[in-house]
Order: sequence, then C-alpha cells, then structure tokens
Amino acid sequence: MEWYLPVIWAGLIGAAVALYVILDGFDLGIGILFPFAKEDKEQDQMINSIAPFWDGNETWLVLGGGGLWVAFPRAYAVVMPALYLPVIVMLLALVFRGVAFEFRTVANTSKKYWTFAFTAGSTLAAFCQGLILGGLIQGIKVENGVFAGGTFDFATPFALLCGLGVVTGYALLGACWLVMKTEGPVAQRARTHAKLLVLGVLGFMGIVSLWTPLQFPRIAERWFSLPNILYLWPIPAITALTAFLLWRWLEQGRDIPPFLAAIVLFMLGYLGLAISVFPYLVPPSITIWDAAAAPASQIFMLLGTLPLLPIILIYTGFVYYVFRGKLKEGEGYH
Amino acid sequence: MDFDPVLLARLQFAFTISFHIIFPSFTIGLAAYIATLLAMWLRSGEDRYQLLARFWTKIFAVSFGMGVVSGIVLSYQFGTNWSRFSVVTGNVIGPAIGYEVLTAFFLEATFLGVLLFGWNKVPPWLSALSAAIVAVGTAISAFWILSANSWMQTPAGHEVRDGIAYPVDWVAIIFNPSFPYRLAHMLTAAYLTTAFVVLAVGARYLVAGRHEADGRTMVRMAIGMIAVLAPLQLFLGDQHGLNTLKYQPIKVAAMEAHWDGSKPGDFHIFAWPDEKNEVNRFAISIPRGSSLVLTHDPNGLFPGLKSVPPSERPPVVPVFFAFRIMVGIGLTMIAIGLFGAFLWWRGKLVTTRWYLQIVQHGWWLGFVAVLCGWITTEVGRQPWIAHGILRTADAISPVTAASVLVTLVLFVIVYGIVFSMGLYYINRLIARGPQGSAVEASHGGPGRPLSAAQGAAREAIEGG
Repeated sequence: MEWYLPVIWAGLIGAAVALYVILDGFDLGIGILFPFAKEDKEQDQMINSIAPFWDGNETWLVLGGGGLWVAFPRAYAVVMPALYLPVIVMLLALVFRGVAFEFRTVANTSKKYWTFAFTAGSTLAAFCQGLILGGLIQGIKVENGVFAGGTFDFATPFALLCGLGVVTGYALLGACWLVMKTEGPVAQRARTHAKLLVLGVLGFMGIVSLWTPLQFPRIAERWFSLPNILYLWPIPAITALTAFLLWRWLEQGRDIPPFLAAIVLFMLGYLGLAISVFPYLVPPSITIWDAAAAPASQIFMLLGTLPLLPIILIYTGFVYYVFRGKLKEGEGYH
Repeated sequence: MDFDPVLLARLQFAFTISFHIIFPSFTIGLAAYIATLLAMWLRSGEDRYQLLARFWTKIFAVSFGMGVVSGIVLSYQFGTNWSRFSVVTGNVIGPAIGYEVLTAFFLEATFLGVLLFGWNKVPPWLSALSAAIVAVGTAISAFWILSANSWMQTPAGHEVRDGIAYPVDWVAIIFNPSFPYRLAHMLTAAYLTTAFVVLAVGARYLVAGRHEADGRTMVRMAIGMIAVLAPLQLFLGDQHGLNTLKYQPIKVAAMEAHWDGSKPGDFHIFAWPDEKNEVNRFAISIPRGSSLVLTHDPNGLFPGLKSVPPSERPPVVPVFFAFRIMVGIGLTMIAIGLFGAFLWWRGKLVTTRWYLQIVQHGWWLGFVAVLCGWITTEVGRQPWIAHGILRTADAISPVTAASVLVTLVLFVIVYGIVFSMGLYYINRLIARGPQGSAVEASHGGPGRPLSAAQGAAREAIEGG
C-alpha cells in the first residue's frame, strides 16, 4: 500500500502535466506564432481556432500544481520556493495571455496592445516553463527537507536552453494545430513554419540528450548502463522515426497526422526526461516516496480522482467535438 | 532598508487574493442569473431574454477571465510564499483544493466554452444547460475553497504529529464547525453582489431612457432577489458571528474593540481602537449593544482582548473598521431592497426616478462588503495561519525578502493594468447595451439629441 500509492500519484500528476503541455502547448504556440501573421484578420482566425478550448486547457496547469500539493506536499514546498521567480513570472505572463483572449475581442483602438500582450505573455510563459523544467532536471539544493539554495540557482545555461527548447516545441504544436484547424494563408504559412520547427525541436532534443548524461552522472548511468540501454534504445529510434513521418506528412499536404505526430514527439521527449529523473521528484535528493502525503490523504483523493478524471476527459472531448472542423478566415464562434 | 519577509509575503498574498475574490463574488451570482434568463427564454420563447443573457454573458466572460487567471496564481502561491504552511496542512486541506479542481474548475472552464461560442453550434437547451453547469460549477468551487479556509479558522478532524497535521475524519475536516456558516454567508454575499450590479445597470438604462424593457426586467429581478437575500444575510451573518464567538472569541473581541471581558460590551458605532493603551478613543457607542447581539442578554459577558497577551491578538484597527463597513453596507442593502419591494408593491418601482438615480450608483456595494468581510475574518485569524496549529510567522517559504518585494511590485503593476482595462471594457459593454436593442438606441429619444453615450455605443457596435 505505502509503496505503490506514490507511484500511482506520480503517474496521475505526470499525466496531468503531459495533458497540460500538449493542450496549452498548442495554445501558447499560437501566441508564439502570432507575430508571423500578415494581418489582423489572420490573427483573429488563429485565436478563434482555440478560443473555446483554452480555458479548459489551462485548467490542467492548476491540476498539475494543485495535484503536486495534494499528493506530494514536501516536493511542492521545495520546488515552488526554489523556482520562485520563473513560477511567478510564468503566472503573470499567463495573466496577460489569458485576459488578452477576451480583451482583444471587446477592444477597439487598444486591440494592438492586447495582441502584443497575447504574444509576449504566451512566449514568456513558455520560456518560464522551460526554465522550470531545466531547473528541476539539473537539481535543487535541499537541506533537512527544505530548499537551501539561492534565488538564481535555476538560471544556468542548461535551463536557458530548456526555455528556448520549450518555446520551439510549443510553436511546433501550435503550427500543427493551425495546419489541422484552419484554411487559407494561415494554414499554408503554418505548414512552412512547422517544417522549420521540427528541425529546431530535433536539434534541442539532441542537445539535451547529450548534455544531460555528460553533466549529470546519475542520468548517464540510467541510460547507458547494462541492461538499461537494451530496453531504452528504441526511444531515440522511435523519436527519429516520428520526426521523419511528421516532416513527410507536412510535405504530402496532410492535415491531421502532423498534429498527432507532434504530440507523439512531445510525449517521447517527456518520457525520456521522466526516465532520466525517476524516482526523484526533486533531484537529486527527494524521491516520490520521500515527498508523499499521508497515505490516508492520497487514498481519499484517489477515490475521487478515479471516477472524476474519465468524466472530465469525456466532456472535454465533447467540447472538441462540438467545435470540430476547420475554421475559415473571418470565421469565428462569437 | 530592511524588509520583513513575513510582512511582504502577507502583503503579496493579501493583494493577490483580494484582487481575485472580486471576480468570483460577481461571477458566482452572474452565472446563475444568466442560467435563469436562458431558462426564461426557453420557457417563454421571448428572444429578448436570450439577448439579455448574451449581453450579460459578454460581461461574464471578461470578469471570469480575470477571475481564472488570478485564481491560478493563488494555487501556486501556497507553495511559493507559504511552503511551510503547505507542508503542515497539505495532508488535510490539500484534497479540498484537489477536489475543487476536479469537480469545479474543469466543469466551469469547459462549459463556459460552449456557452460563449456555441450559440450557433448547439441547440438552445444546451446553451441553457451549459450556463446552469457553469453556475453550479462556481458554487461547487466556493464549497471546496471555503471548506479549506474554514478549516484554517476552526480546524477539526485531524491530529498533529511532529508539527504536521494528519487527517483522522474527513467528514469532520470538510464540514468543520465554521464551514456551513461561512458557505451560506459567502454564497449569499455573492448573489447579492451580482444583484446590485444588475440593479445598477437596469436603473442606469431606465434613468437614461435607453433599453427600457431590458432595464425594467433587470431592476425587477434584482429587487426580488435583494428584498429576500439582504435581510436573510443579516440573519446568516449573525449566526456566523455567534459561531466565531464560540471558536475564535478573540476575533470577535477585535471586531467589537472589546477590551475588558469582565464588563458587558458596548456596540461602538465609531471609535478609534488604541492598541497600545488598550482603550477606545472618540467612541460613540450603544451601551451594552454588543452583549445584546452576541449573548442575547444586555448583561451578557464575552471575552475581551485583554484576556490574552498582545502577541495572541489580531491587529484590532483593520478588523474593527472592516467589520463596521461590512455591516453598514449590509444595512444599506436591506433598506434598498425593502424600499424597492415597497415601491414595486405600489406599482412604482420602475418609475420612481429618484430611487433609480440613487441605486444606479450602487454597483460597488457588494464588492466592498465582500472585501471587508474577508478582511475581518482573515486579519481576525492572526497571529495564526491555521488556528492553533501554525503561526503565520512560521509559515513562510525560504525565499529572500527582495524576491517577494520585486514580485509584489510586479503583481501590483500587472493587476493594476488588467483591472483598470477590464473595468473600462465592462463599462463600455454596459454603455453599448443589449445588442438587440441597438435599433432602439440609434433612434434617440423623441426630441432628444443623440447622447454621447449613444454615440459611443454606436461606435462600439460598428467597431466591434
């Protein structure tokens, strides 16, 4: 009982974060790609394609953060102070991004400022999420179960690299979403962007895959010791294949498969990082068992989560079904 | 300069949570109002109810957006600013937050998408159902967050081992002693807040002679709500106060600025509590008024502030004044509601111009009352963050005062921009009015020149 509860919760929170990364990833990606639109109308088309979904998508972030507190309070209490600045700047960026959806539609002369707020907020939020990711992977200084490092410990070249990598990755998801959900010049441009972005994402994945084992012996041992390497070698191989297929489908003019391939690409990267870090929630010292909430609390929360999560997924799927199909230029749901 | 990190962390949290509570106070009631309008539309088949619902839905969307983004901040601030608190209480109130996300946030966020963007995609009953789901979602959200907050005030169903709280009885934790009172008091406050905004907007249209059919509907529905809920709120507040007296007597002593528990308490209409000398200055009081309210006996005794050392007392001045402002607004609400009901009974509600001219300016009453109520209960909880379990001073994160200060300044700037622009856009949506009445607006009244507001409304419609 005490052994597997934290494993289940690590899986559930991992799934919530994965869903957040995919779902809000394409929302943020559209904000990142906003400056490349040729005119106001194209930006309207881009933002309209995600307007009915973004709020539900962002809620997975609350589940990720709230879930971490519920299931692993000791990790939550170390990670948040350690990554204080990137977390709060991310939240402020998401404030601008979030209100820009509504403010853009009701503004007249000030619309351009909210267009900028949407782009800057999306890009900055994505970058901060990359900093948080990098900050976690490189490890946090902990003494007696409490964060014991400095304010800027997170700010390393590796974390900056992760920040740029996440911005590129979200832009790829956003571009593939536009290929799938829009028509006309927006979709055509997105297809061109997506091809460049695949190369960029592959580049960042390659650098992270080399950098982490070189700098962190624990990660090198995880991947390159026997027999691990025998089980793990298919992951980079499948990643390369997925990127190749994504490229080909974009070339062939397919609409839906590139988006699905981009999701798979993201999940493979995510899986790779999870393998590097497990079983630590706060490398290199706090494991999921160290950080776990009282078993009674984890069970009480699990009893509700098991029936509620599928229900949430069903009605989320229903809303995507209601707003299915492609959005033409000048078309909106308003 | 040397900054106290505890004070900065408290200021930051007070600022972000005060900003946040403004929006739920409004949207909890507004979602229910929109659902009611859509139900009336389905039942009567009259399109003006749908137009009115769509008008309020736009205002809802702007307010809800600000509520969502400021709420996400809070779910992370427990960790960034109060990491010791999140470790000590996480086992017990963490699940309340988790259940809030799972049972409320997803529901609200997802079905709001259908409500806002589905008018041409889904059948009318599904729009109405989505509004109802959003309304229920906001109320469920209030249920969980108030349960967690109430546990911090009146903890129950737990045991403390090595300084950490562990759950023993979940029913006792969730339905802790102050929770039912707080939930009833806050939900009623939220519906009243919305009713006063709807009343003010309806009165504004009637006074200006625009959108008069909609204005009449709004004023009548709002007065119907206020005439019932405002008096009920007095009763609920009284019950909540008695519950506080039982579990947090020193908070009540601060609310009443009652220093000496060996004498019956006066009700101070005005006073300046002097915390250093433990007396009230410039007091205008009703003798034994507090004893009568709190013990239902003019000679009744209740604990005074001097019964505990100063280190165990909350700051008296903010609690004392916030409580007075809240009660003053509550009594004003009762007067407005009952007088409005009287006018309605005489058939003069929508034609009594002086009354409408007053209430059109009353949109802020609920917001200020809610903020003052929260200041009363949260400042009154000090010096504890979780009553009897963890002191606020011991709850903070190991972060530097400079980090907290810098982010506090950023929060003030960002929220300042977002709030002022949000208010500006909401006001413009109200000036524009329900869109179906656009034709009526552009005629101008008989013999009356086109007003500036109508010009702005037309420009807004065309500029969309």
